[in-house]
Amino acid sequence: MRVDEKPIYEGTFTVTGGNFDNAGEVSSNIKSVLKRMGLSRDVVRKASLVAYESEINIVSYARKGMIRLRVVPESILIEAIDEGQGIADIELAMQPGYSTATDKIREMGFGAGMGLCNIKSFSDTFLISSEVGKGTYLKMIIKTNNRSLNS
Amino acid sequence: MTLREIKELLDAEVLVGQNQLDKDVKSAFVADLMSDVLAFATSGSLLITGLTNPQVVRTADVLDIAAIIMGRGKKPSPETFQLAEELNIPIIATKYILFEISGRLYSKGIRGCIEKVGSK
Repeated sequence: MRVDEKPIYEGTFTVTGGNFDNAGEVSSNIKSVLKRMGLSRDVVRKASLVAYESEINIVSYARKGMIRLRVVPESILIEAIDEGQGIADIELAMQPGYSTATDKIREMGFGAGMGLCNIKSFSDTFLISSEVGKGTYLKMIIKTNNRSLNS
Repeated sequence: MTLREIKELLDAEVLVGQNQLDKDVKSAFVADLMSDVLAFATSGSLLITGLTNPQVVRTADVLDIAAIIMGRGKKPSPETFQLAEELNIPIIATKYILFEISGRLYSKGIRGCIEKVGSK
């Protein structure tokens, strides 16, 4: 993604840590935004899935955070930025099945240790950085394979 | 198979989506783990689960799931019901356990949305 490229859509969505009742609301909004642009179903699905797992992570492990969405004709950029406990060992956290989830998270049907793996496998580019006690930053790019988007 | 036929087969109640009974489905995925659903379920499939919280509906929405079948006599929480109405995602509730639901649907031609992990 070129930095100077004018986006078709740019938006920031706030996510509150610990608010399990509304977890997924931001991702539903992101999905509606992307659907309206006329992106293919497959691309919308991948982007919503990536946003949803990121949102669940913020709700589960952070005090607060946000999801930034930036769409240019060739790709969708999703960034999930939070202030929270951070991840001590990223390599371990990326392993399928590894989880530090609480009972509350498991009650929702999450915490199976698949979140970050899912995010990575549905993104075309995936970057993660984290600092213990500060927070976590995720950057995901999904290619649109589509040049005729509605703005 | 249409949702109407599924309702009959499973002696089920359609709690949300009475207007979508003619919707046709060919595949399904069973899980109580939403992360697994996100990893493996395909759009247009049935989601068979025993989980009843709003995340089931959110997950179904993200994946364009055709309908949610809640087994083992589970009913959606009021929040789940409301969200499903809002997002227009059918919920079918039955007393059959998930194994029975799967077996009955399979015998009528419904197949897993993937056969094994790693296959298409």
